[in-house]
Amino acid sequence: MKLAFREALRAFNRAPMLSMLSVTTIAFSLFAFGLFGLVALNLRNALQQVEDRVEVRGFISAGTSPEAVSAAVEDVALFPEVGSVKLVTEAQALERARRELREFTDVFEEGLLPASIEVRMKPGLRDPETVRTVAKRLENYDFIDDVRFGEEWVENLYRLRNIATGAGLALGVTFALVAIIIIGSTIRMAVLARSREIAIMRLVGATDGFIRLPFLIEGAIKGTLGGLLALVLSWIAVVVSGRWVLQVQFFETSLILAGILAGAGIGLLGSALSVGRHLKKV
Amino acid sequence: MIRFTKVSKHYARGGPALEEVSFNLRRGEFAFLTGPSGAGKSTILKLVYVAERPSAGEVRVDGKSSVTLSRKEIPLLRRRLGVVFQDFRLLDDRTAEQNVAFALEVTGTAESQIGPKVARVLTQVGLASKATALPHELSGGEQQRVAIARALVNDPLVLLADEPTGNLDERSTRGIFQLLRDINASGTAVMMATHDLSLVRETQFRTLEMNRGRMVFDSAADDPGAQG
Repeated sequence: MKLAFREALRAFNRAPMLSMLSVTTIAFSLFAFGLFGLVALNLRNALQQVEDRVEVRGFISAGTSPEAVSAAVEDVALFPEVGSVKLVTEAQALERARRELREFTDVFEEGLLPASIEVRMKPGLRDPETVRTVAKRLENYDFIDDVRFGEEWVENLYRLRNIATGAGLALGVTFALVAIIIIGSTIRMAVLARSREIAIMRLVGATDGFIRLPFLIEGAIKGTLGGLLALVLSWIAVVVSGRWVLQVQFFETSLILAGILAGAGIGLLGSALSVGRHLKKV
Repeated sequence: MIRFTKVSKHYARGGPALEEVSFNLRRGEFAFLTGPSGAGKSTILKLVYVAERPSAGEVRVDGKSSVTLSRKEIPLLRRRLGVVFQDFRLLDDRTAEQNVAFALEVTGTAESQIGPKVARVLTQVGLASKATALPHELSGGEQQRVAIARALVNDPLVLLADEPTGNLDERSTRGIFQLLRDINASGTAVMMATHDLSLVRETQFRTLEMNRGRMVFDSAADDPGAQG
């Protein structure tokens, strides 16, 4: 093991240019993937925020008894699609309107705005179909005058989300594939550059496992370094974007660790495949 | 110790390289493998160190049969063989002693034993004073000596030499040949492929002559001890 590490480090020493090329290639492949990941992540967050605001609002007829309303609120809360239900009394509606639309404070008078039941959907059940179903059921109460949920808006949002998810998956898979292919060929180059050494090792009786180990270590080190570099590049991109374009969110710690691990994993896998193929051939 | 029984080797392209070759090399024996280029000399050596497998027939090396030898056993078999080539095959970025030590390291020799073993074998080939030289700082003959030292360091049963003097001038050739004879004199079998007939003629060593994949002459054929 000690020897394998020494041999792996020796490989870096002997071909620093090639090693740096591998590391930067891995870094840029992962960086492209990371940039895409950042876009996807932030798009998802933005959509999530908008989605969280999907609500169905049922306006209550004036003069409905509070008991009937609170019974209805409890009832609606039991719908499987419903996340939370809130009763907004006439007074609360007025207060909110005054707060949100300050210019028109004078216009709002008591009794002008109806009380309402505000229903928020559970996450993942905010598609137009479900929202419409809930709205229909809300409409069935006698004392509900009108139900609003911005039908067109919900549909557009949902379509946008589907497009974003589909494009995201396709792009993500493509970027990941490109990264793996590029990294694989970079490592293949490193293996070929040392094919002479491999031939000599076999000649003097080294086992395949023994020959493979330094390459695996080398691949994992390169992958990790590439992953770290990609992370730094992504972070710079986020900072630059924050200053000049728009504020975006960076990866969470778990995603950062996953990214570095992915780098190491791809390096390891690429090495294993390249060396394995090479060893089988000679 | 090395026994070929009706060994044939065919390549997918290029046709037959060996046709029904049979011979037996005993422990401690010295044998020349002669013949023109492409006659099958290198193929025979490759079959011995299992870089190739026979298409037909059987190769037995130190009791291991090519028919039953698994891929995993190949490295272990090679540790009992020493191989040298015309082009030396040294690692350019390692000194003479590192090149020799390499053969011990990859076979898992204890670190404490590596130093003394390397020193002993470098002395044996006459290169003790150049232990820290890199290959490009050495002459061709000296590089071949390093390669021979590397082949010897694991105490092989047989030293396989594929045109070991092919790249060397007259003087270095003499030196390397003498070294191989000394190695043989100390008990290691040597099988040397060469087309340098002057070396062959000046000694009484056994000669196996190849032509177009067939063994056309074996100087030990009359000697019952060498056959079967």
